[in-house]
Amino acid sequence: MQREELHRLAAEHRRSLDGFAHHILVCAGLGCPGNEDIVAALRKEIAERHLESTVLVRKAGCMGLCALGPIVLILPDEATYQAVRPEDAGDIVAALGHAPVERLLLPPDLPFFTRQYKNVLALSGRIDPESIGDYLAAGGYSALFTALTEMRPADVISRIQESGLRGRGGAGYPTGLKWATVAKAAGEKKYLICNGDEGDPGAFMDRSILESTPHAVLEGMIIAAYAVGTRHGYIYVRAEYPLAVRRLRLAIREAERLHLLGHAICGSNLDLNIQIRLGAGAFVCGEETALIESVEGRRGIPRPRPPYPAEKGLWGYPTLINNVETYANVPSIITRGPEWFAALGTDKSKGTKVFALTGTVKHSGLIEVPMGMSLREIVFDIGGGIPGGRAFKAVQTGGPSGGCIPAAFLDAPVSYESLGELGSIMGSGGMIVIDETSSMVDIVTFFMEFCMDESCGKCIPCRVGTAQIHALLTKFQQRQATVADLAQLEMLCDLVKHTSLCGLGQSAPNPVLSTLRYFRQEYLDRIAPPAFAQEDSP
Amino acid sequence: MPAKTQAQHSTDDRRWQLLERAMQRHDFRPDALIETLHAAQDAFGYLDPSTLDYISSRLRVPPAKVLGVATFYNHFHLKPKGEHTLTVCTGTACHIKGNDRILAWVRDRYRLTPGGTTADNRLSLVEVRCVGACALAPVILTDGTLAGKKSFEEAIAIIGEWLNDAT
Repeated sequence: MQREELHRLAAEHRRSLDGFAHHILVCAGLGCPGNEDIVAALRKEIAERHLESTVLVRKAGCMGLCALGPIVLILPDEATYQAVRPEDAGDIVAALGHAPVERLLLPPDLPFFTRQYKNVLALSGRIDPESIGDYLAAGGYSALFTALTEMRPADVISRIQESGLRGRGGAGYPTGLKWATVAKAAGEKKYLICNGDEGDPGAFMDRSILESTPHAVLEGMIIAAYAVGTRHGYIYVRAEYPLAVRRLRLAIREAERLHLLGHAICGSNLDLNIQIRLGAGAFVCGEETALIESVEGRRGIPRPRPPYPAEKGLWGYPTLINNVETYANVPSIITRGPEWFAALGTDKSKGTKVFALTGTVKHSGLIEVPMGMSLREIVFDIGGGIPGGRAFKAVQTGGPSGGCIPAAFLDAPVSYESLGELGSIMGSGGMIVIDETSSMVDIVTFFMEFCMDESCGKCIPCRVGTAQIHALLTKFQQRQATVADLAQLEMLCDLVKHTSLCGLGQSAPNPVLSTLRYFRQEYLDRIAPPAFAQEDSP
Repeated sequence: MPAKTQAQHSTDDRRWQLLERAMQRHDFRPDALIETLHAAQDAFGYLDPSTLDYISSRLRVPPAKVLGVATFYNHFHLKPKGEHTLTVCTGTACHIKGNDRILAWVRDRYRLTPGGTTADNRLSLVEVRCVGACALAPVILTDGTLAGKKSFEEAIAIIGEWLNDAT
């Protein structure tokens, strides 16, 4: 496909969409169950009123505010309806062209919407994820054309470097540097992998991106393939995300049909085939070398690094491995320029970040904010604070590898550096709000049980250490711990953190360490008085 | 038990053909083992020893490696499931919102622990680490249908109704 043809297709599709006076977009993500019934009810209503030629009902991606779903968006009015049921179809259709349905309407000035800055999620909820025409009409794949026709691979890499984009999977390694290393690596054969093994319980950014704008991820991957010089790509997705997998398969087929993927992409000499590999429920596979083992069909057991995958990865060849959200950031950096991207965020953490805001917070859902926004703004403005008049206790970031940040640090900006200084991590973007009714010891025991279960067993510090830490935490939970247990807990955490092979073990103690730092009293309160401890011990 | 030949299997059952086709799609490459196990579980509902043996011989992967992979990943089940499956999400958000209460209730009411099936083969209980619908926590799935944002009382009412309705 040539550029003119792409423009023609995009224009045709836009014309066909513009032919409808009203668009009703229904969120068809996993977060809005029952959306099929709503779509059916709306279509029936429109047929009964003979409005088929003026009103278009479509399934769209995630609109973010899952807590108040199912969400329906009316365009061009920009009216957003909440908690829609199939019975509301009549009122919604009747109100088209008139005042919106008051009882369903979300205030347009809701901070949840106004305080966000959407870049990766800009098209999420506004296009049909199952239509490549929609993505083209919204300017999709133009970044790919720009890269292929106006830039050499080295130019693409320098743009990514200038933008300051860092890996969105959690570690925050500079993306451009990784690309440059793979591009420089010797040898003809190289691989490209997209890490969609979002195993952190409490996070669903990658699921939403894959479900809402699968083509943006593909476009980012194709641009990356051009930049580093590879013809083979894999997307590794969790099997727990069947809808994301289905939409991704469709997106790959559609892109191949238009020669945006496959042989001689866009008439250039770039070839790329992308295959999907399904995960099978192993948290450790989010670690890049374990993921590579899994793609090769084995148990997900991490390899020692170095050599890093950029030098020796899949089948021993140089491999570029980036997270879903990282790839989804690429097209806009190419289109809008690295300066635009670098102007967003903080000094060292550029751009925006998508977070899954959940736990005890009013407006839980999927959000995107510029880096550097304070936790307070995220939890209380965008999230609407804690429901039921309870008090905020902590916000947990980074899942089982992260930490809990107490109220005293609510004004800290969200960036790789500041979260690290607070003893947590950015992680992939899970953000769980915890209120005063939850016990930190309980939450930490939960995370440690998770890490213990998910430890692959290769290295001893992680395999044995997580089990021992869990046993100690259980003693605290049951109020049978001793002062010596507390000392041993701290010693073990330090040991596991510094001697484990991979990120899973190295970061598993983080939740314990951060709560020992900020909520030490909760541990002390659970140390049994000596006499009681003696009675209970065998 | 020696693995059956392909011919025996394909005459037996269409499910073996599905499995065969999945392996064919990947040119019987040993690295497509996980994809093949997915296909086998989709076809049969679980992975039994004869299926694993068959995959081992077709992909030329040692039986120990096939079993190793099948047991490493949580998604694969080596035992058949009951008529109905209740899936309880135990991700962080669901934990905070009290899904452990639902698990405890199922344990008492149906004498079921995660991974188990009732004696009458009616109900299986599966615990999953996050289905990614955290904003709807706590989440349960009744035969794959998601129910979220339910109180403990609402959730057990849904389960009760589902099991009665479904018979």
